[in-house]
Amino acid sequence: MDEILEVLEKDARTSAEDIAKMLKKKPKDIKEKIKKYEKEGVILRYKAVLNKDLVHDEDSRLRALIEVNIVPQKDVGFDKIAERIYSFPEVSSCYLISGSYDLLVVVEGKNIHTVSSFVAEKLSCLENVRGTTTHFLLKKYKEDGVILKHKEENKRIAISY
Amino acid sequence: MKNIISNKVKQMQPSGIRAFFDLVLGMKDVISLGVGEPDFTTPWPIREAGISSLEEGFTSYTSNKGLYKLRLSVSRYLRNRYGVEYCPDEEILITVGVSEAMDLALRTIINPNDKILIPSPSYVSYGPLTELAGGIPVYIDTQKNRFKLTPEQLERHIDDKTKGIIFNYPCNPTGISYSRKELSQISKVLSKNNVICLSDEIYADLTYDFEHVSFPSLPGAKDNVVYFNGFSKSYAMTGWRVGYACGPKEIIAGMTKIHQYTIMCVSITSQMAACEALHVGKDSVEKMKREYARRREFVIDGLNSIGLSCHNPQGAFYAFPSIKKTGLNSLDFAQKLLKEEKVAVVPGTAFGGEFKDYIRISYASSFDNLKEALRRMSVFLKKQL
Repeated sequence: MDEILEVLEKDARTSAEDIAKMLKKKPKDIKEKIKKYEKEGVILRYKAVLNKDLVHDEDSRLRALIEVNIVPQKDVGFDKIAERIYSFPEVSSCYLISGSYDLLVVVEGKNIHTVSSFVAEKLSCLENVRGTTTHFLLKKYKEDGVILKHKEENKRIAISY
Repeated sequence: MKNIISNKVKQMQPSGIRAFFDLVLGMKDVISLGVGEPDFTTPWPIREAGISSLEEGFTSYTSNKGLYKLRLSVSRYLRNRYGVEYCPDEEILITVGVSEAMDLALRTIINPNDKILIPSPSYVSYGPLTELAGGIPVYIDTQKNRFKLTPEQLERHIDDKTKGIIFNYPCNPTGISYSRKELSQISKVLSKNNVICLSDEIYADLTYDFEHVSFPSLPGAKDNVVYFNGFSKSYAMTGWRVGYACGPKEIIAGMTKIHQYTIMCVSITSQMAACEALHVGKDSVEKMKREYARRREFVIDGLNSIGLSCHNPQGAFYAFPSIKKTGLNSLDFAQKLLKEEKVAVVPGTAFGGEFKDYIRISYASSFDNLKEALRRMSVFLKKQL
């Protein structure tokens, strides 16, 4: 992977000027490369990684992982039905999976009722959906490589040879 | 009461900057660029191996030389990496870090008043360990040649009492390393004069501009070399205290004699973890190295642009810039910088009395810390000049 991406994936706020210094390149070249990545869709967007357990407001969200069994369609396989599912705003992630079911759909809702009514009234009623199994998420420990804990104190002694 | 302490210990030079270290440790909100260890935690698979070994009940002594499977892994690693053959039975000793290994080697080869050459600035323990072993450290000041030892300079310092040289590359504190050609020239001078090379290559995996060349892999060098390496820097395992020495079997046998009476063996938990490091660690080493390499560019560029001229270090995670233009000596500079801007660096004099015009900066710190530290140093320098 290009080191520019490695740096940005770790901290998207790193400026092109700083990346240029780290990689001994010209800031202009770094900016152009980043533009290119954005245009090609390699970099989709920049966002903060939140620990939502610490966000205390009425908007706190409940998450569920839903296994979905599907009857594939002629010519388009799973793609068409997947599109119908992931287009719902309640769906935050959607993956095609090998194994005993087909789609893994991550749904976010205000509470257990909003999530279950989405499953019962929208998802399950779709023509090609054969069945669903819903798992409510109880606690998040690690997400996308980030461990969701308070920053640990520095354990190194401040000065050593 | 006055005769309790031996003359030898009384004569040892105490570190002149202990008081400065205490000052740093007593202060809050300091950004420290004074740390001589990685800012990564030991990769999880290695930690997990240590934990499992405890769960399985591995809590005993090991062979004095160290676990056979660890010596075998070290032997294979050195063959694959550098093409050097060391027999795990007789030519490898597992030690409590390179620190212990260096002490053992010096005590094994030194007769009273033998001279040991030490290119300086140098890591803090080399001189005192030489003196404790009854030898005489002969420092070779490398300042004039951008901190690189030249073959001519080396030859000038050798006489008939010269027993060995402690050669450390990439170097703590300068980050300087040597190319194959430079090493070959040095090796020839050493062989010609029968000087044993104690080659401390603990930072080998953190070499950025070229492939690290191991001293015993040089043609004709191996019989005259004790090679030192360990797990501290490559695998972020400083607190585990595992290192090793490889060399001619007579020297390793001598070192093992001292080791078996003083240490017996390295902690088995650490040895088990170290085995895992050699098996799974390569990817994490590469990742850490890329990260350090980026920080190096950033820090060297930053130091030069705020007006502290700095040579380009090829390895380790240190920069050794000159502070001469501030007119301050290194200890005053470090104290003032700490008090006024809360940035800690190590005065150059820690690594040899002559280096009062330098400070050591460690870039084993997060990018945000480095950036903020450079900003504070820039403010500080504007006030001095």
